[in-house]
Amino acid sequence: MNFSFTTEQEAFRTEVREFMEKEVPSRWRELGYGIWEEDDESWELTSQWVKKLGQKGWLSLTWPKEFGGQERSHIYQLILDEETARVGTPSGIESMITIGWVCPTIMVFGSPEQKETILPKASKGELIFCLGYSEPGAGSDLASVTTTAVEEGDEFILNGQKVWTTIAHRADYCWLVARTDLDAPKHKGLSMFIVDMKTPGIKINPLTNILGFHSFNEVFFDNVRIPRKNLVGQKNLGWYQLAMALDHERSGVGSPAAMDRMLHELIRYCKTTRRDGKFLADDPSVRKRIARLAVEKDVLRMICYRVTSVQEKGGVPNYEASTAKVFTTELMDRFANTVLDILGPYGQLDRNSRLAPFNGLFVRQFLHSPSSVGGGTSEIQRNIIAMRGLGLPRG
Amino acid sequence: MDLDLTRDQKILFNSAKEFLKKECSTSLLREMKDDANGYPPKMWKKMAELGWPGVMIPEEFGGMAGNFIDLVLLLEAMGEVNCPGPFFSTVVLGALPVMNAGTPEQKKEILPKIADGAMIMAYAMNEAGIHYDASFVAMPAKADGDAYILNGTKLFVENAHIADLILCVARTEGVPGSKDGLTLFMVDGKSKGVRTSMLTTLAFDKQCEVVFDDARVDKDRILGRPGKAFEIIETLTEQAALAKCAEMVGSAQRAFDQTVAYAKERKQFDKPIGSFQAIQHHMANMIMDMDGARFMTYRAAWEMTRDLPSASMSASMAKAWTGNATHKIALLAHQIHGAIAFCEELDLHLHYRRTKAGSLSFGDEDYHLEKVARHLGL
Ligand SMILES: Cc1cc2nc3c(=O)[nH]c(=O)nc-3n(C[C@H](O)[C@H](O)[C@H](O)COP(=O)(O)OP(=O)(O)OC[C@H]3O[C@@H](n4cnc5c(N)ncnc54)[C@H](O)[C@@H]3O)c2cc1C
Repeated sequence: MNFSFTTEQEAFRTEVREFMEKEVPSRWRELGYGIWEEDDESWELTSQWVKKLGQKGWLSLTWPKEFGGQERSHIYQLILDEETARVGTPSGIESMITIGWVCPTIMVFGSPEQKETILPKASKGELIFCLGYSEPGAGSDLASVTTTAVEEGDEFILNGQKVWTTIAHRADYCWLVARTDLDAPKHKGLSMFIVDMKTPGIKINPLTNILGFHSFNEVFFDNVRIPRKNLVGQKNLGWYQLAMALDHERSGVGSPAAMDRMLHELIRYCKTTRRDGKFLADDPSVRKRIARLAVEKDVLRMICYRVTSVQEKGGVPNYEASTAKVFTTELMDRFANTVLDILGPYGQLDRNSRLAPFNGLFVRQFLHSPSSVGGGTSEIQRNIIAMRGLGLPRG
Repeated sequence: MDLDLTRDQKILFNSAKEFLKKECSTSLLREMKDDANGYPPKMWKKMAELGWPGVMIPEEFGGMAGNFIDLVLLLEAMGEVNCPGPFFSTVVLGALPVMNAGTPEQKKEILPKIADGAMIMAYAMNEAGIHYDASFVAMPAKADGDAYILNGTKLFVENAHIADLILCVARTEGVPGSKDGLTLFMVDGKSKGVRTSMLTTLAFDKQCEVVFDDARVDKDRILGRPGKAFEIIETLTEQAALAKCAEMVGSAQRAFDQTVAYAKERKQFDKPIGSFQAIQHHMANMIMDMDGARFMTYRAAWEMTRDLPSASMSASMAKAWTGNATHKIALLAHQIHGAIAFCEELDLHLHYRRTKAGSLSFGDEDYHLEKVARHLGL
């Protein structure tokens, strides 16, 4: 049992922290805590930032050398994630999708050509995927997708619709699940494809999220021709490849560090802000609520460390990753909600409003909470924990 | 970083579980509930042969020279079977403060006896009007020549009825509410002027009311400096709180394991109840609480073994979380078992009792949250 980091790991942490503090663009800080901003300016800043990380080799820290990685252990990834989250850098969902989810799957199932065209560029931050999973009729029940890909000579012809496709309007490729066998049982007729977003027949319809941003989209496919070489792995085995790949999915193990930062600022605020004749920090109920957040944040940290500890030993996190996801999103909800309660009427003040504490950070966080359904809802995660983690029978 | 137990830790933990499986059956628990002493001396003797009471005691005093993690693992194993007996009060509440604050002579006198299983200890701090904060101790100790005279009543003193030595906090100066003026006396449990009577408690543990009636204690029977006991007590409370976490983790783990097995086996509506999603989600919540409690406890213990300054906050964090988390686990375990668990014959209620009792000992959630708040600089 050991909860510490080695000297080399600590040195890496210092290196990352110094880099982050020096290199995060000042404009990014001016914009406020724009972790989830999704307008053109923040996108531009984010893309540049991700490329910068790519040049340092920090997007592919744990990848095998043959794919341009550094073969560092998962603890280094944890440290990188923690320091990134602590500073609040511009990187976000886009590199998570490409680097965290798509590339590891390509490493396992992709053809040599796919590996060669995708991995080096992705590791430099020069290539972005969106995820074409969900459809109007297929959310949690992902295996019921109805978008079809029909084989025709050297091509597949794609028809159907995806929805909630985050950054489809910015992505180079779509990582897509489609039905390739209409007669097979629903899990057995799916295949995975790499779809070039510039292919004729793709139409993107923007959707505005509750924070007011255009982050996700409807994507329509009308006789879109995909070259056969863009089929990933084996035809009709898509579901199993997907399930296996999801095990490798990196959960946001850095989020407790982001909460460290938020707590720190919250505490400073409470120590200097008077309400009803006393400092917030002297109010017993405020003290208790903040202390509870701090405890829960550390419980989450232990859960995240557990994920890394399992990976470090060459294991594949099973229920631990789902636990981390549920706990993170639910704690983020409680976190934001608690802070708004502590702030009282000031809790309503949104970004750029006069008097807004933390420039509205927690209002943004609060609004962001319902997005936790993305990546599999908490109910689905709990199903996974119970069935895969505890071996309870399927319902 | 590596959250798994080391080889040696695994060996200790597994051998402890083996031993307890043999020696500490549930029928024994039921016997001990109504036993005047509350523990089987035979089992205690065997534990001593294995070196358990001396787990953290240095080798020069006949101990195993283990660390806090070793202690935590033993307590976790004992928690799994809700093991009765003098281990906690003797080792956690006795050996640790003596190791921490005793003079070389005191250590030489007491620690080898503890390591041998020849001495049982108890810790008397609480009294009427105190929740958890020792600075409110009021019981006076008056100097009288070469001795102090203790008068007053202590509460929640586990194992006072069998203790050879009672560590008693009394006030030699100052007024209740002041941290100064507290003194830790080592009182012979069999001495004149010490009377114990049993309290009836939730977890069937043997907690006593102890009346000190002109009890005479020689001046050299003081642990630490007169009037300066508060710091020793703080450290002790922290260690005891974390040790309780370990017990609660063990106790809740067993309740949880039983519940997983039961959910796979019990059928209703022609299906195992574990296939119902409401049950599955309860169980998913239970494992999150379980893992959180376990690793918060391990982390704090690990930090204690290294004397890290953060250990104090980590211990409070662990205690603040574990009490509530393990209570929820035990309660849901009952719910998932249905009526059968309401039967005295099933053990589940023992876990339900133990986890709650643990959460009320050495600072509840509120108490430790306030400590965390102070550590955070609030
Ligand atoms: C911000 C955001 C970004 C997203 N980005 C993408 C993206 O880039 N690409 C993409 O493909 N998708 C994306 N999604 C979609 C996301 O994957 C789905 O929202 C999610 O899988 C849930 O599907 P649904 O919304 O259709 O809800 P539904 O599946 O209809 O679920 C509705 C409710 O029913 C519950 N439910 C459903 N089935 C079960 C069950 N078996 N047991 C218990 N409860 C159940 C759910 O938990 C939920 O509470 C995104 C979503 C969000 C919010």
